[in-house]
Amino acid sequence: MSTLTRTEASQASSARNKKRLTAFLFVVPLLIFILLSFVAPIASMLWRSVHHPTVATLIPLTLSELQRWDGKTVPDQQTLNVFAQELHSLAKVRESGKLAEEINRASAGMSSVVKSTARKISRLDSQQLAQQGGEILLKSHRKWSRPDIWFAIQRAGKPYTYDYYLTALDLELDQEHGIQVREDTQIYLQLYSKTLSMALVITIFCALLGYPLAYYLARLPENRANLLLVLVLLPFWTSLLVRTTAWIALLQTNGVINSFLLGIGVISQPFEMLYTSFATVVAMTHILLPFMILPLYSVMRGIDPSYLRAALSLGARPIPAFARIYFPMTLPGLSAGALLVFIISVGYYITPALVGGTDGQMISNIIAFHMQRSNNWELAAALGSLLLALILLLYWLYDRFVGASNIKLG
Amino acid sequence: MSKIPAYYGFWYHLGSWLLKTSSWLVLLFLIMPILVIIPLSFNVEPFFSFTEGMLTFQPEAYSLRWYSAIFSDDKWLLAIKNSFLIGFFATLLATVLGTCAAVGLARDDMPMRRLITALLLSPMIVPLIITAAGMFFFYSDLGLAGNYLGVIIAHAALGTPFVIITVTATLTGFDYSLARAAINLGATPLRVFFDIIMPLIRPGVISGALFAFITSFDEVVVILFMAGPQQRTIPRQMFSGLREQINPSILAIATLLILMSIVLLITIELLRRRATRMRGIEQIE
Repeated sequence: MSTLTRTEASQASSARNKKRLTAFLFVVPLLIFILLSFVAPIASMLWRSVHHPTVATLIPLTLSELQRWDGKTVPDQQTLNVFAQELHSLAKVRESGKLAEEINRASAGMSSVVKSTARKISRLDSQQLAQQGGEILLKSHRKWSRPDIWFAIQRAGKPYTYDYYLTALDLELDQEHGIQVREDTQIYLQLYSKTLSMALVITIFCALLGYPLAYYLARLPENRANLLLVLVLLPFWTSLLVRTTAWIALLQTNGVINSFLLGIGVISQPFEMLYTSFATVVAMTHILLPFMILPLYSVMRGIDPSYLRAALSLGARPIPAFARIYFPMTLPGLSAGALLVFIISVGYYITPALVGGTDGQMISNIIAFHMQRSNNWELAAALGSLLLALILLLYWLYDRFVGASNIKLG
Repeated sequence: MSKIPAYYGFWYHLGSWLLKTSSWLVLLFLIMPILVIIPLSFNVEPFFSFTEGMLTFQPEAYSLRWYSAIFSDDKWLLAIKNSFLIGFFATLLATVLGTCAAVGLARDDMPMRRLITALLLSPMIVPLIITAAGMFFFYSDLGLAGNYLGVIIAHAALGTPFVIITVTATLTGFDYSLARAAINLGATPLRVFFDIIMPLIRPGVISGALFAFITSFDEVVVILFMAGPQQRTIPRQMFSGLREQINPSILAIATLLILMSIVLLITIELLRRRATRMRGIEQIE
């Protein structure tokens, strides 16, 4: 074989580059669209979880005064005077509530202290505050003489912070001990582990229900299996809200299941099933089951039944034959289905919100709570980022073992 | 089951009986909740359960009152209009961008294919609550929250992965010599795309579009966070209905949605068969 000349090589390489460019140009419009409409919003959320300049813009002078503070005693008179003046001017423009909320996040219970002090101070004039602001402050509430409060204010004033991640992981930064486990409220780690264990339970249920059905369908003649697959695909295509509504109708205290059981006399008292984690698990298993059945079925269809027959005719007992010959061949489908179900259920919001009550809430619901009710958007962003990291890890595993482009639809 | 050879014993028969029974129970579990909704939507009483009269099939226990309630309520009518409007434009955007990208991704000389595919499919994987939260911040700053444009863009982004998947599926095994032949015969690249590639991938494009439409039509989390009261869609209206005052008009709209999904299911199945037929060459191999 003759070697290529230099010109031939460069021509081939430029032709190849041109082809690569053409292929890439097809993708560019969507790539830009996804980067702007989807990736940028999520990136801005990640940014928000570490960048929070609100306090820094509200009380800039106090914060620069606090730089001289030793951190062990009450800040000096001048710092307190400056803070009193800044609080005064914030109260005048009705911004002191914002500051109260921010300081409250850093040190619980401070909201009312800041608000009442602001009310008191707003009646005085700023000349007086420049002289005696500190004394007035210390007199108005004894918490102002506690160094840990000032430490909290100083931390809240940092525009770049990892505090929300500490909160999201149930940790806190103590002035003396450094980072340590929060003593009073440990909610988020518990919620993460509850979410993961619920997702695991749902995945196991989906596997237990989906595997036999997929196996049964895979052994039927193709046209008959296609007919029965409609019963799997119809729920898959039916609106999520419709399926959730159906479970509300079924599980209610005076719903279909309770009326039926009462009617035939099995129970004398209706079960409380709706608004529990039981309801979340049942409804989500129902909703996600097709995601397990479809990949399992397509893998099982491709397995030649003669392998199992050969094992049996050579004298293997049915159960070991199944476990050692057939089951390993279905593992690609099982892992694809299980990972997909697990990924989807970890981030689920709608169904737990509607049927879960307080008991069946998952991590998504607390994120929504902080977005809509408590307006702690930074904490919502930090909790969301942790969830995103978890999902991306699972997605990476999925891409590695199954291949992202192998996701089957119907 | 008559073809079972003699070396399969009693346990095998018991096993296959158990398999059959449990499979039918699972099928029942899948379909029963959906079937229960349909008769309940004709309930004359404002309950979510069967009344005495319904169980004894008395005609006066059934009525169409919840259906007429929907079609005389401005909120529901607006929601129905919004769902189709947003769904239509989101689908259009997702299908055009997604088809184009899938054609590029299916080419052998696509650089960084794996990374780009994973990125473009990620809207399907990232939990909706995270997408919705991020979009809420970002779109508000751009003035896109609380209007149709923002919701359409958001839904289009969520729908594109499905278009990519279905179109890529029809492109595997695509014979590029057809396109090369057309170019050799003097066709412009645009003509090659519309006259040669498009007819072959059309089933994939249409089923991708249907997926994108149903994604938008069914989506509620982004709507909850981003849409104003003017952009309330059917699922959004159902969501607040289920949270606030539960009444069977939700069951009536649910029944209509079930009918719609049956029509969609049939369409997709027909398209799938057509796609397999059109790629007949591949099946001979």
